[in-house]
Amino acid sequence: MSNVPADLKYTKSHEWVKNLADGTVEIGITDHAQHSLGDLVFVEVPDAGRVVKAGEACAVVESVKAASDVYAPIAGEITAGNPQLANEPEAVNTDAYAAWLMRLRPAPGAVAAAALMSAADYEKFLAAEG
Amino acid sequence: MGRQTPLFKLHQELGARIVDFGGWDMPVQYSSQIGEHRAVRRGAGVCDVSHMCVVDLKGARVRAFLQHLLANDVAKLKVPGKALYSCMLNEHGGVLDDLIVYFLTESWFRAVVNAGTRDKDLAWIRRQAASFSVEVIERDDLAMLAIQGPEARAKAAQLLKPADAAAALALEPFVGRELGGWFVARTGYTGEDGFEIMMPAADAVPAWRRLNDLGVASCGLGARDTLRLEAGMNLYGNDMDENTHPFESGLAWTVAMEPQERDFIGRAALAAIRKGGSPKKLVGLLLEDRGVLRSHQRVLAGEAGEGETTSGTFSPTLERSIALARVPAAAGERVQVDIRGKLLNARVVKPPFVRNGKTLIKVSP
Repeated sequence: MSNVPADLKYTKSHEWVKNLADGTVEIGITDHAQHSLGDLVFVEVPDAGRVVKAGEACAVVESVKAASDVYAPIAGEITAGNPQLANEPEAVNTDAYAAWLMRLRPAPGAVAAAALMSAADYEKFLAAEG
Repeated sequence: MGRQTPLFKLHQELGARIVDFGGWDMPVQYSSQIGEHRAVRRGAGVCDVSHMCVVDLKGARVRAFLQHLLANDVAKLKVPGKALYSCMLNEHGGVLDDLIVYFLTESWFRAVVNAGTRDKDLAWIRRQAASFSVEVIERDDLAMLAIQGPEARAKAAQLLKPADAAAALALEPFVGRELGGWFVARTGYTGEDGFEIMMPAADAVPAWRRLNDLGVASCGLGARDTLRLEAGMNLYGNDMDENTHPFESGLAWTVAMEPQERDFIGRAALAAIRKGGSPKKLVGLLLEDRGVLRSHQRVLAGEAGEGETTSGTFSPTLERSIALARVPAAAGERVQVDIRGKLLNARVVKPPFVRNGKTLIKVSP
């Protein structure tokens, strides 16, 4: 059974979004996503300062089997990529909600425009996806 | 839904993730692909390879037939049970498939061909067999388990009666024999010692459970792929196919051009290629930068030109990324690989990367 924390928001492409106190958001991939991918061996995160559109591929997670893009759930400017993941990609497998990939400052109005799901809706989405 | 092996329900019960593989529903992994890979390098693992196609070839002229059909020469098979790895070529020297053929008796050989090429292979073999009056019998009644790793033979032997176990443990590498209704062969596709056992379909589930009880890990096709790539073994469809010939696929060692009078399919084309020299070669790559090599990435070899990776993965043993790549024959030791628009440094190395648990290439820290 996948772990879906109630205090986060989710996307259909299996990213999670957490609001931080300074108005930025932290983004990672869900427990369901890490489980589907299997053992992660390489994670590429974006550089700070990069401006991304909602739905833009901006990070890559690679398991032994395959490479998968991670998409920006919200338009904005990247404020940080998680430097820990270069040496410890497996941290995402260990705890997908602690191992954030990037932090982003949303563009004005971007949060309202973003297609985010509540934890309950994401769980329903997972159940429907089978 | 694809075809299923006799072990399909057990794979599901064991929690395997099932994927399509050449039209078959096969387990890609049970828990952790890296964990399964390491089980084979350090202990023992079992993999369901029942999707591969076992074909018995019977007739008085079967040896002559195989000398015509295959690029390697079955004249090398002198001891009953001995196996030979060979390519089966078309007239242009393109690889129709790679296979293992066992010499059982002078009128009975057994071939094991790839699952994805089963129908094409059977049609081709039957067409060529007609003029040799060789009977082609698909052995759908058999399951096949690959038990691999340094502890694999000792554990697998415990499935057999004591006398049969002793005989199995006495098998030389690349030799198989019938033991207690099973065909036990000391072959594999992982770079480790082990057995591949063909058995009646009904025996497969109890055998697998017993192996698990003996501490043999269930391994999916994911681990099988990283194991074979570390072992420097080609995968048909990735590293060679009908549009490539053995000389540009790292398989020159499997082509028997001598004796010259042996007229095998593809011989004339290969002779012409050899005369001119193959413009390409298949090499191993070790990625020196961070990242993961995958198939179909562009390889830049400086003045020599460009090539392409044919298989790539993260190597759990080396903890680096490795690949096989088809590059210009003149390519040197240093190349670059285009991964999502970034040029990363890689070193050309001679496969295998890993054999019998040991790293065979130099990996800088």
